[in-house]
Amino acid sequence: MMDRATIAERPQNFEILPKRSANGEVHGDLLEVAMGPHHPSTHGVFRMDVVLDGERVMKLKPVFGYLHRNHEKIGETTTYLGTMPYTDRLDYFCSLTNNWGYALAIEKLAGLQVPERAEYIRVITAELTRLQNHASLVGFLMQDMGALGTPLMYAFREREKILDLFEALTGARMMCNYMRFGGCRVDLPPGWLEETNKVVADFPRFIDEFEALLSGNEILMARTQGIGALSQELAINASITGPMLRATGVNYDIRKVDHYGIYDRFKFRVPLGEHGDVFDRYMMRVLEMRESVTILEQALRDLPEGPIIDPKAKLRGFRPKAGEAYGRIEAPKGELGFYVISDGSPNPYRYKVRPPSLINLTVLEDMCLGQTIADAVVILGSVDIVLGEVDR
Amino acid sequence: MEALEQIKTRVEAAVAGAKLEIIPNDSPSGHRSLLIDAAHAMSVATFLRDDSQLRMDYCSCVTGVDWLDAVLKEKVKVRKLVEGVEKEVEETIEKQRPGVLEAVYHLYSMQLKQGPVILRLRTGNRTDQVHLPSLTPVWRGCEFQEREIYDLYGVIFDGHPDLRRILMWDEFKDHPMRRDYVEPDDYEYEPTPHDDVLSKAKHHYPSPAAAK
Repeated sequence: MMDRATIAERPQNFEILPKRSANGEVHGDLLEVAMGPHHPSTHGVFRMDVVLDGERVMKLKPVFGYLHRNHEKIGETTTYLGTMPYTDRLDYFCSLTNNWGYALAIEKLAGLQVPERAEYIRVITAELTRLQNHASLVGFLMQDMGALGTPLMYAFREREKILDLFEALTGARMMCNYMRFGGCRVDLPPGWLEETNKVVADFPRFIDEFEALLSGNEILMARTQGIGALSQELAINASITGPMLRATGVNYDIRKVDHYGIYDRFKFRVPLGEHGDVFDRYMMRVLEMRESVTILEQALRDLPEGPIIDPKAKLRGFRPKAGEAYGRIEAPKGELGFYVISDGSPNPYRYKVRPPSLINLTVLEDMCLGQTIADAVVILGSVDIVLGEVDR
Repeated sequence: MEALEQIKTRVEAAVAGAKLEIIPNDSPSGHRSLLIDAAHAMSVATFLRDDSQLRMDYCSCVTGVDWLDAVLKEKVKVRKLVEGVEKEVEETIEKQRPGVLEAVYHLYSMQLKQGPVILRLRTGNRTDQVHLPSLTPVWRGCEFQEREIYDLYGVIFDGHPDLRRILMWDEFKDHPMRRDYVEPDDYEYEPTPHDDVLSKAKHHYPSPAAAK
């Protein structure tokens, strides 16, 4: 092993002196870096082609398609119901909300009614999904900032409890394939409600613990406040949705606007940010978890007895009349829309997914310009993308 | 929100020369759409975004649709002389529908919390007149989705700031979401020894008679 003195005395064989322009200003060469597709901060297979001046981002182009499997073409060649398990693979963190979005579009297309109990179960599963998505997103965001492990493991500890509930209900932890056109697949197993009540009652304690560790943390504030700020005008014009839009202060939550399902029956607030920076996006997630807990408490309290699927709903040989419908829901990541055109045959003529993760990346370059490369990682983490949905 | 007919008359009054058509929708969703002509698409889009009663400031979803050439059968009631008596008779008329590529825009208003207004743009045909005006200058949210339509359907959006392939790789030639797209049979470097793969691969090789 060389000692310190020997290292310092080693000859420098390469030119590292900065170049100077005519007026004496020092600047280095621009450096083009391909961040990804295997960079751990990209949460999957996503690439950012970044042009750097020192540490500053001068240009950033996102590159997609590494996970592309033409989900929409598969949807056109399978039956309506056959696409349901495929929707699990879009945003694989939130399969239950994907199921709901797709079921909602088809219910609009075919004019199906959903029984009361099924609507309540849908709300319960969707809000549980939101809890575990936001918890793990915050964990991943901390991981991107260098808080290796601990916050993420805390979040995963809670997520594990919710995934156990999903497994008990649907048979799968992540690929739930639970909803059907006009209802849900199976009824709640015995003891599930008690277990869910326990998890929901415990959850605020976890949020408190999380907040005590993080929200007032000086390092977190220094790394996130004023970073990646987004203006309201740009956010609306660029079709940004979900917590990222609300962090800029725009009051637009599809649960409140469309009242799809039975969301008009619950009392909950829509948290709004002020600056649209990474810190606000972090706070949005924490506050939305608290609101989800209140929705869950109300839904679990009011859950009625009854059938879980419309008896007239056809599972096999399902052929909606020719026409089209667009169904959208407030998924944890933003507006998740499904646009389906039917020509009266057993499979859709056109099946399109409006992925919130992809469209929220429209402004990634705008947010990162002029920031350091380390902040670009944090900004990308705060967008909350899942590549299964971005590339489809 | 005001009725689609009223939106149509107001747009036609505001944008000189714009030709709009209401496309019906038979499904229970009841979402009808407005077909707008490509030449006035930009001014119609700007009007819808800036009009004080509509404020369609948010373009949610942009979809490409491929309509192949098709023969549509339509039942029409005709008055006819049947055995000397005038009667109403149902007749089937066959209509030729030329193939087009279509871009469908779902617009909502974040400010007034209303919508959707659905716009449709159609190309001239599916082969050489595949240009449409890009609406990205009006709503930036269209950027990636219009790129996707260009990539998967081959619609060329004039005025798009960065029209490149987005999901397929740059060297890819075809447009895989088109209805008449045929998958290549040589995905793999070597054909794997399955009967269907080998039979597909046959026409890549000269016939034994030609080789002699």
